[in-house]
Amino acid sequence: MTEPARTTTEALAATAQAGSGFDPVLPGIILLLPLLGFLLNGILALVAGSRSATALRLAALAEPDSEEERVDHQHEVGAPKRATHTLPTWIGPGVMLLAFVLTAANFLRMLGADLHDAVVISYWSWMPTGALSVDAAIQLDQLSMIMMMVITGVGFLIHVFSVGYMKDDPGYPRYFAYLNLFVFFMLVLVTGANFPVMFVGWEGVGLCSYLLIGFWFQDREKADAGKKAFIVNRIGDVGLLMAMFILFSTFGTLNYGEIFAAAPTTLVYGGGVVTAITLFLLLGAAGKSAQIPLYVWLPDAMAGPTPVSALIHAATMVTAGVYLVARASVLFALAPVGAAAVATIGALTALFAATIALKQYDIKKVLAYSTVSQLGFMFMGVGVGAYAAGVFHLMTHAFFKALLFLGAGAVIHSMHHALHATHKDWDAQDMRNMGGLRRPMKWTWIFMWIATLAIAGIWPFAGFFSKDEIIWYVGTSAPFGPLYAVLWGMAVVTALLTAFYMTRMMILTFHGPNRTGEAERKHLHEAPLTMTIPLGVLAILSIFGGWINVPESVRNSFFGGFGLLPMSEWLHDWLLPVTAAADAIRLEQMGAYAYQSPIGGGHVTWGFIATGLALAVVILASRLFLSRDVKTALEEGEPTSGIGKLLYNKWYVDEFYDRIIVQPVIGISRFSWRVVDRVLIDGTVNAVGAVSRGAGWFGSLFQTGQLNTYAFILALGALALLGVLIL
Amino acid sequence: MLVEALVLSAILFVIGTAGVLIRRNAIIMFLCIELMLNAVNLSFVALSRYLGIEGQLYVFFVMTVAAAEAAVGLAIIIAIFRHYETVNVDNFNLLKW
Repeated sequence: MTEPARTTTEALAATAQAGSGFDPVLPGIILLLPLLGFLLNGILALVAGSRSATALRLAALAEPDSEEERVDHQHEVGAPKRATHTLPTWIGPGVMLLAFVLTAANFLRMLGADLHDAVVISYWSWMPTGALSVDAAIQLDQLSMIMMMVITGVGFLIHVFSVGYMKDDPGYPRYFAYLNLFVFFMLVLVTGANFPVMFVGWEGVGLCSYLLIGFWFQDREKADAGKKAFIVNRIGDVGLLMAMFILFSTFGTLNYGEIFAAAPTTLVYGGGVVTAITLFLLLGAAGKSAQIPLYVWLPDAMAGPTPVSALIHAATMVTAGVYLVARASVLFALAPVGAAAVATIGALTALFAATIALKQYDIKKVLAYSTVSQLGFMFMGVGVGAYAAGVFHLMTHAFFKALLFLGAGAVIHSMHHALHATHKDWDAQDMRNMGGLRRPMKWTWIFMWIATLAIAGIWPFAGFFSKDEIIWYVGTSAPFGPLYAVLWGMAVVTALLTAFYMTRMMILTFHGPNRTGEAERKHLHEAPLTMTIPLGVLAILSIFGGWINVPESVRNSFFGGFGLLPMSEWLHDWLLPVTAAADAIRLEQMGAYAYQSPIGGGHVTWGFIATGLALAVVILASRLFLSRDVKTALEEGEPTSGIGKLLYNKWYVDEFYDRIIVQPVIGISRFSWRVVDRVLIDGTVNAVGAVSRGAGWFGSLFQTGQLNTYAFILALGALALLGVLIL
Repeated sequence: MLVEALVLSAILFVIGTAGVLIRRNAIIMFLCIELMLNAVNLSFVALSRYLGIEGQLYVFFVMTVAAAEAAVGLAIIIAIFRHYETVNVDNFNLLKW
């Protein structure tokens, strides 16, 4: 370390000691900035919306038949930009940049401080109701800091990319409003100091996900995809709520600090209560993080704009489940069955999704299933107690998967323009219609190869370190030794499948002859700078991001440049204050067994095996797909038989769910509507009305309008009264 | 003495009631109502001999109200007659919704 750097560190440490260890800089402002962006962009969106609605009405009055043409022209580049379209360009990414700078400042301060306990900042008392008292409080610790860095950092890059990608869309300000709102809720999710505040963020990101998947809501299919995501997530949310109820009835509080401090003494190790809590938490996490059985919404979520897929459905929101498990690591350490369930679900999902990705032709669908698969890896990691490894993979995955999605966005952008120029009605996302894009899109090609090698787990890219660490830890855990050995095998197979389908995607998209068509070919172009620069930054992160958590033995081997890397296991040590309690419980309960490998072999040996195998798969897949004569989507059509058909149709899971869940629910709803609602409820109400009417009709018979009748009835009444009085 | 007076009062009241119920001519029905009122007046006066002066006091009230009623009632009947050229109540059945 050089001399000035040392003094800076000392100075920081001194400041930290003067304060309470760690003195946050404007933490609330970090959260409020995206909210401010949402409000400003939202107002612009309303203004733009009312204006375009007026324009549409006027145009419809003028030319009632030209609907098609007008939509086309809105799409065309070069229309004069109004303030509602230029301001979001600055507001949207602007607030994100400020938020990132503030987060980074806090991060640096925390680096300097020796922080052991989380810093909780309480703003106001939110729900002071008797036994339950919930504060609107945020918590800054190592875990939330890492998450905030990823969210604001990757989020900022994706906002910048969106400027290029979405600038011709009529809903541009609305898009940025939703995107800013998403970031706000995501920050609430990771900084909340108790379960209810986290839940607000949890629901909020779900809402934004729904809004952004259905962003082009004029398209029925896309609107339906949004609804699907929302409903499937609700099922998971029930689990999260149940877990919160049990936590409250057990601990009488919902604050992280108090629960996790009291858990080891209050809860019985492996007892029913803690197992129930963790299983319900797992249900919630599986919904948000798209794990079996609730993963079905994520592939459909690709209906949204591609930068949304990158930010929400790959880099940040879907990792909330992993964050939740890491946050509640104490509880999972106390419930070996719950933790094993997390790992098993993760492994099953990883393998299952990877097989589907093998046979998808939509470039975004491949990436979607790849995301599901990688989330499975993270679940495996946090499930076997390797919380740092899970969070590590979460972070590196955010880099390379965001890069892959944004790269795919650039490809789709280019394809869309080319197909649009000649009015060809081909699918701009089908890889069979691409091919040979490396020539017009050189930079995108390079960046996406970096991301592909990273996700395939090739040294020295980020994925190598994070994924192999998870695989390593999966093979090392007790007390379910044989189960973990099976999971380990699944993880290895999944890793190889990952290398295979990612290579397939790259070859089909960028290599071989171009299949887009003669006329269209010359319209294919590289994306604008606002799009390629974020790609470049993410590519750099995808290369170096993995170097922050290298085990000591690996660091001293070939993979770490024989000790050249400046640090070893930095992330692991950094997260230690958060995971130490869980690690201690595991060690206490399982002893040396906890980290004993049933597979055997050291880090370095497995590193060589893993990267060698992955590289072999990449090369084999490249040769296979390069030699194959790929037909366009129109020529080939859908696979009609065999395993290909099964995988192409995603194992028919959607159809299966449709049969056993959706249709019965529709049946019950129809029964409720036709029998319960129409016959029982409406019938009762109508019967009351009919009886009143009948009684009224009978009474009206006495009302003849004849004076004598009235007088007669009056006299009878008087006589009757008289009779009553006398008798 | 009291018994005779009360019997007479009852006879007059029944005649009046029967007239109101049976007859169709509005003027006659009207007069029958007056008959009923005066039947009641008679019993008031007869009873006041035994029970105190208040009975006669009420008679004055009844007569005052009856006078006012006669004025209003006759006016209505005249108005109806002007409009329909008849005072037969069978022709009037508007007293319903």
